[in-house]
Parts: sequence; C-alpha cells; structure tokens
Amino acid sequence: MSTLSTPLSDVATGPGAAMPLPVLHVTNIAKNFGGAKALAGISFEVFPGEVHGLLGKNGSGKSTLVKILAGFHAPDPGGKLEFNGQAVDLPLKAGDFRRLGMSFVHQNLGLAPSLTVLENLRFADLTTKPAPFINWRNERKAAAEALGRFGLTIDPDERVSQLSPVERALLAIVRAFEEIRAECAATGKPGLVLLDEPTPFLPREGVDKLFALMRSIAATSSSIIFISHDIEEVMAITDRITVLRDGIVAGELKTADATHEQVVELIVGRSLAKRAAAVHAEIERLEPFVRIENLAGGSLRETSFAVGRGEILGLTGLIGSGYEQAPYLIFGARPCRSGTIHLMTNLAPIPIAYMSPDRALALDFALLPGDRQNAGGVDGLPIVDNMLLPDVTRFFRGGFLRRGAMMREAHALGTRYEVRPNDPAAKLSTLSGGNAQKVLIARWMNRKPRLLLLDEPTQGVDVGTRVQIYAALKAASASGTAIVCASSDAEQLAEICDRVLVFAKGKICRELTGAELTKDGVAEACYVSLDVAGGAQVRAVAG
Amino acid sequence: MAQDTDNASAVRTSGFRFGRLFERIALLVVWAVLIALYGAAMPQSFLNWGNFAILFASYAPAAMLALAIIVPLTAGDYDLSVGATLTLCSAIIGVLNVWQQWPILLVLAVALAVGVLAGLVNALFILFFRIPSLVVTLGTTSVMTGLAQWITNSSTIGGIDNGLVMAVVGGRLFGVPYAFYYALGTAIVMWYVFDYTPLGRRLLFVGRGREVARLNGIAVDKVRLGALIASGVLSAAAGILYAGVLGSADPYSGLNFLLPAFAAAFLGATTILPGRFNPWGVIIAVYFLATGITGLTMLGIPLWVTNVFNGGALILAVTLSQLTRGREAIEIG
Repeated sequence: MSTLSTPLSDVATGPGAAMPLPVLHVTNIAKNFGGAKALAGISFEVFPGEVHGLLGKNGSGKSTLVKILAGFHAPDPGGKLEFNGQAVDLPLKAGDFRRLGMSFVHQNLGLAPSLTVLENLRFADLTTKPAPFINWRNERKAAAEALGRFGLTIDPDERVSQLSPVERALLAIVRAFEEIRAECAATGKPGLVLLDEPTPFLPREGVDKLFALMRSIAATSSSIIFISHDIEEVMAITDRITVLRDGIVAGELKTADATHEQVVELIVGRSLAKRAAAVHAEIERLEPFVRIENLAGGSLRETSFAVGRGEILGLTGLIGSGYEQAPYLIFGARPCRSGTIHLMTNLAPIPIAYMSPDRALALDFALLPGDRQNAGGVDGLPIVDNMLLPDVTRFFRGGFLRRGAMMREAHALGTRYEVRPNDPAAKLSTLSGGNAQKVLIARWMNRKPRLLLLDEPTQGVDVGTRVQIYAALKAASASGTAIVCASSDAEQLAEICDRVLVFAKGKICRELTGAELTKDGVAEACYVSLDVAGGAQVRAVAG
Repeated sequence: MAQDTDNASAVRTSGFRFGRLFERIALLVVWAVLIALYGAAMPQSFLNWGNFAILFASYAPAAMLALAIIVPLTAGDYDLSVGATLTLCSAIIGVLNVWQQWPILLVLAVALAVGVLAGLVNALFILFFRIPSLVVTLGTTSVMTGLAQWITNSSTIGGIDNGLVMAVVGGRLFGVPYAFYYALGTAIVMWYVFDYTPLGRRLLFVGRGREVARLNGIAVDKVRLGALIASGVLSAAAGILYAGVLGSADPYSGLNFLLPAFAAAFLGATTILPGRFNPWGVIIAVYFLATGITGLTMLGIPLWVTNVFNGGALILAVTLSQLTRGREAIEIG
C-alpha cells in the first residue's frame, strides 16, 4: 500500500489543488434500523486542511453517521471507509477512531467539571499510558504548550467548572486535537477532528474564538468536520458543505460559491417560499385562555404568547433556541427569571416565580415531560399507581385507599387510551415506550386539564401510537383544553397544531398558521428564523 | 383484538402467579426449614415455646428498628443513625429516670422528642445542605453514640422504673411478652400507611422517582423530612423497648442491632411484597435472622460467628432484594 502515501506538502495545499488524497473517504455507507432507513448509502470526502460542514435536519442521518464513525453503530454491509487512502475494516470497533487519527467533540463536551484543565487535557494519556508515576511538572508543561500552541490563555490548574462556556468548548477541542496529534506526527498523515454541534449554547462572541481555533487546527493540515444547525456559522467557517437529507447526500457545495438560500433549500428539500419580511403580529382568533408575558429562564429570553381555549399551539426551533424550556417554566418545574401568567379565569396575574408543580396542578395545568423514563413515570411501579398518581387522594375514602376502584378506573382509562396489554397491576416497565407514553397521556387527560403542556410527546414512539396520541390531543382540544406542544418534529407540528411559534436565540421569530403550516414550512422557518435573529452579527464576525 | 390481548395476558399472569406466590412466601418456608433443622439438632432446648417467647421479646427492639429504617429507605434515603438513636434514647431514659428521678412518662416523652430531634438534624444536612444521607447519618451515628457515652459516664444504668419494665416484658399474650406486640402494632400501622393511604403512594414515588414525584405535585422534600422524623421517632421507641427489655440503659450494646435491622429491612423486601420495603416482610425477616443467631448460639458456636452471620446476611439480603427488583440498581442517596 506504499503507493498510497502522499507527501504531506502536497496534501497541505488543501482543496482546490489537483485531487489531494482525502483524509476521510466515505463510500456508500448505509444503515437500517429495523426497516427504517437512517442512512441510504452516502458518500463524501474530507480533504486535508479542510473545514467541512455537515448539515441536515433532525433525522437526516447526521447522528447515525457520527455514531458509525465512532464505532457505536455497525453500518450495513456494502459500504467503504478510507482514512488517508487506507481502507479500514467495517464495522469500526469503539475506540478504533483514535488509532485512525480521528477524534470527537460532542455537544456535552465530555469534560469533568470538578477536575482541573490539566487533568482534563491529559486525561486520556494519563489513564492509558503505562507509566510508573505521573510527572506533574512535565504534564503541566505539555498542557501549557498545547494551549499555547493555539494562543489560548487558560490556566492549566484552573478547575473546569470555573471556566466560561466558551473556554470549555475551546478546551474540549484542543483536547480532541491533542489526542490525535501524536498519532499524526508518528504516521506523518493528517488527522480529523469531528465537532458535533459544539456551538448552540455559546454566546455569539464566543463562536469566533472557536472559529479561530478551528482555523489554526486546519492550518496544520488536519481536517475538521463541523456539524451545526446554524447555517450562518457553517457558511462563515467551512470550505465545503455536505448536506444530508432523509439518509442521502442532498448536495455538496463549495462554501465560497454557495448562497444561504441554496443551503436551506438543500436541507429542507424544496424551493423556498417568499420569506416573510417581519415577525407576525400576535393574532388571537380563538377565545384566549391564557396569556404568558415576559417569560424568561434558561436559554429562553423575554417571550410573550397566548393560547386559546381548544387551541393546539406548537413551539419549535433549532437546538439551543430555548423553545423546549417554555412548558417547564410555565409549570413551575424549572427556575425562571421573569414572567407572568394571565389566566382569563383569574383576575390577578400570577408571577411565574410563584408557580410550582403543585400550584400548577391546582390551576388545572398538566405537564407531560420529554424525559419519560426519569420524569414521566416510574418504571418499577405498577401502571395503576403511575396513572393515578396525581389523583390518589380521590380514592381515599373512609380511611382507606380504594384499591379496587383504582384498578377499575385505570383499566377503563387503559381501554380508552388503548394501552396494550391493559393490565393495570403490571409494572410500567412491562410496556413498550409507546404504551408507556399512553399511560402518561391517560394520567393527564383523566384530569381534564385546562392547559396541557407537552414536551416532545411522541419521542421514541411508534407510528401507530403516534396516531393514537394525536387523536387524544385533538379530542382534548375539542373539549376546550388549551395545549402547548414543544417539539422538534416538524411533521408532528404540522399535523396537530393550529399555530406554531418558531424560536431562535431564545425569542419568537415567526408565527406559522394556515397554509404556511406544513412540514417543510416549519423546517424552513427554523433555519430562516435563525438568520433573522442572529445572522447579521455572525456575518460581521466572519467578515 | 383487545379481547384477545386481554385473554393472553390473563393466561400469562396465571402462569407466573404461582411463581410469584412462592417468591412471596419463600422466606417463611426457609424460616420453617431453619426451625426444623435446629429442632432436629436440639429437640429439647430449641423446640419449646419458652425459647421462642424470649426470642420474640428480645428481638422486639430490633424489629422496631428495622421498621424505622424502611420508612426513609422507601423514600430513598438511608438512615444509619437509627442504632445510635436507639442507644441515645435508652441512655437518656436511664439518666433522667434513675439518676435524675424524673417520672417515667415524662422521660419517655423526652426520649421520643430526642428521636424527633435526631430526624430533624439528619434532615437539615440531607435536605437543606444536600449531603448524601449515607454520610450524614454515619456522622450522626458517631455523634449520638458519643453523647450516650458521655451522659452515662460509659456505664450501664440499672434500676429503670418498674412501670416501664412491666409494660414491656411484665405481661404475656399467648405466652409472648408484650414487647413483641408493640413491634407488631407498629407494623400494622405502617402497613396501613404504606398500602392504604395516599401518603404511602407519595412515599413510594418519592423514593423511586423524585422528578416524577415533583412533577406530579408532590412536595418531595416534605415527604423526605417526614420519613426521617418518623425513623427518628420509631428508633426512639425501639430505645424505649430496649430499656424496658433490659430494665437498664446500656450505652454500648444498642448498636449491635443496626446490622441485623438493616439486613432485615432488605431481606424483608424480598418477601410478602417482593421488590418493596414492607413492614410484614421486615417482621418475618427480623425473626428469621433472630432464629438463625439464637440457634447458632445454642449450638455453642463462638460469639464471633454472630458478626459474620449478621454481615453475611446483610450482603445476601441486599443481593436478593436487588434480584427481586429485576437487577434494577437501588437508587438510594
């Protein structure tokens, strides 16, 4: 295989030169999950010294690809992976990527906050190198060098928990590069750092520091794959862009020649409608039931909206836009910074800081959390108890909890919401994910809430169950329940919502109703809104 | 279609109902086998009602202590300090009643109040400062043990009011001293609270899924506080029983109950209602372990075997209770 070795000087000229050997060459990689095609055979190349953008909606196959590269999933037979011209055996084993000169930075960064920068930076070496003892003086020197190489002024003895979010991201990226640097130096071949959405929770001014670091890594002729939802960011930093859609490569673009519209079209998969010029004014068609004013908490900034009686209001946006916080904040389940609830049935507005789950329940609010396993129900306890938990006092008559009545009611609810098998005495863990979700839907529907707050109500739920859940939500709205549904699933929002609010950078940017409210319309609005909210600043940074 | 599924599940449940039933009474069966074995080895001395009457009375404080433990355990907190609370309360009874000549009823009220206080102190650090319950109650164990030694000058105080002794071991019902029935009565009350009140459901959900409980409007910290106070009061009651059984206050031996009580709490979670800490399971488990130790002692096995037996029983009990929960990790902190 000696013919494959290319002199580094040739490689370093990067894209544009006459076909340098790609660092990573993916050919026809496919992956099926029990009939569902996550990847339908994709091919692309990443060249040395290149910053390569990877874009795509949720479910387009990005994360499956990352997991195949990380050795977490085995691809279907027939695909091929080459590193620096060398074919590798598939599937990759977990940890193989490092030997091949590839490393990952995931969104959660994988740092230990209570340990120092030095310990985090040298963690992999310190724990894997068979050394009789750790020479801290040398380690500190090596760490300072690694940070200094990229002009970073982070104290190696600082605890990671004391760093700013930007510094943490920088540290994680430097560490990822350090992990493969030795490997690359030994083989004389470029490496590859894969950044999986490191930016959504970073302030704008931090992103350009990240970009500077990415550029200095690329200058060493190693390559970077940058995964992000943020088109402006991708356009500001990458050399080339690969867009995935529905498990195929929808298009490859040279960033310098591409327009923002082209990229959105490739992501969404159709021509763009004429973009709405401004944020819509709030329209109240239905009898309003509750008005939320100045809601802020987490990444959500002062936001106001109203929900009508019998309306299903969707909240959506890209990751980091903060929309998913709203249900929890309104329910009093997470600390808020500001906000008031104006209930049309109450005269006085209620400060959201005053809200707590029990007070929300007293107001006939209900919350179906997104984390079914940890926040929704208790797997190890019977279905009947999970289903009737907030109502348990109703069954306490004459000094005794009426177990029989509870079982009958749980069975009736199970029949109504089609829980299979309908055995209320069984543990919740005996049910499939979809049926467990029906139990939780039944729990809240049974209380006839006036305001139902949902976070990703059909996540990890099969298609059949999805239809049943939609039907239950429609029925509840028909009987007058106001529903707020936070979801990243454009198809779902288009199907069940009367109105969708699109968030970007913690604010509402678009309101979709009527004919605009389609699967593609929602997806497109997510990407376009981001542009409206923060594009100008990024452009300034990039320029 | 729905009919079919229901029938199928009915068949399936009756299929494993027998296995389930056996699991529920397995510990009782093992206990019976143990009695039969000891009985065969020592037909005269072991198999007589007097022996069992003493066993039931002398392990009543341990039973009470194990009942105390399962309240916070159900709510998801360890309370290791129950043994020390028992010791401290019985020491207080000795000091106030014998040395200070306080009337016994007042002394008992003080002892129970100390139990409340112990629960409050534990709760302060566990709930307010968010320190793991294991650490907090390990610390308060040492603190209370030290206090008990200080107030008693590290000596056993004899001559506790005869009224208490009479109330605890003075009379018998079906040949068994009253002491046993106090523990039994507590088990009945706890059975009622755990299984037949909304509070019992809340306790269970707080222990198994704090976030689930919180989002369902349950005041999680209040429930945990209540559970810690309950375990303090119940272990104070165990201290009262202990003082009554001995007729004296011993600042050292009370801690010996801790390990068998914990073993019983976990072993009890493998029986009657497998997978849950439950009061009937606790009563059975305490007397199963008591039978084991008593038999060994009567066979003339040296004292150190008791420690090995208790420690081994604890680990085995936790392992078994983990297995009955389908290898779900026990999340108690």
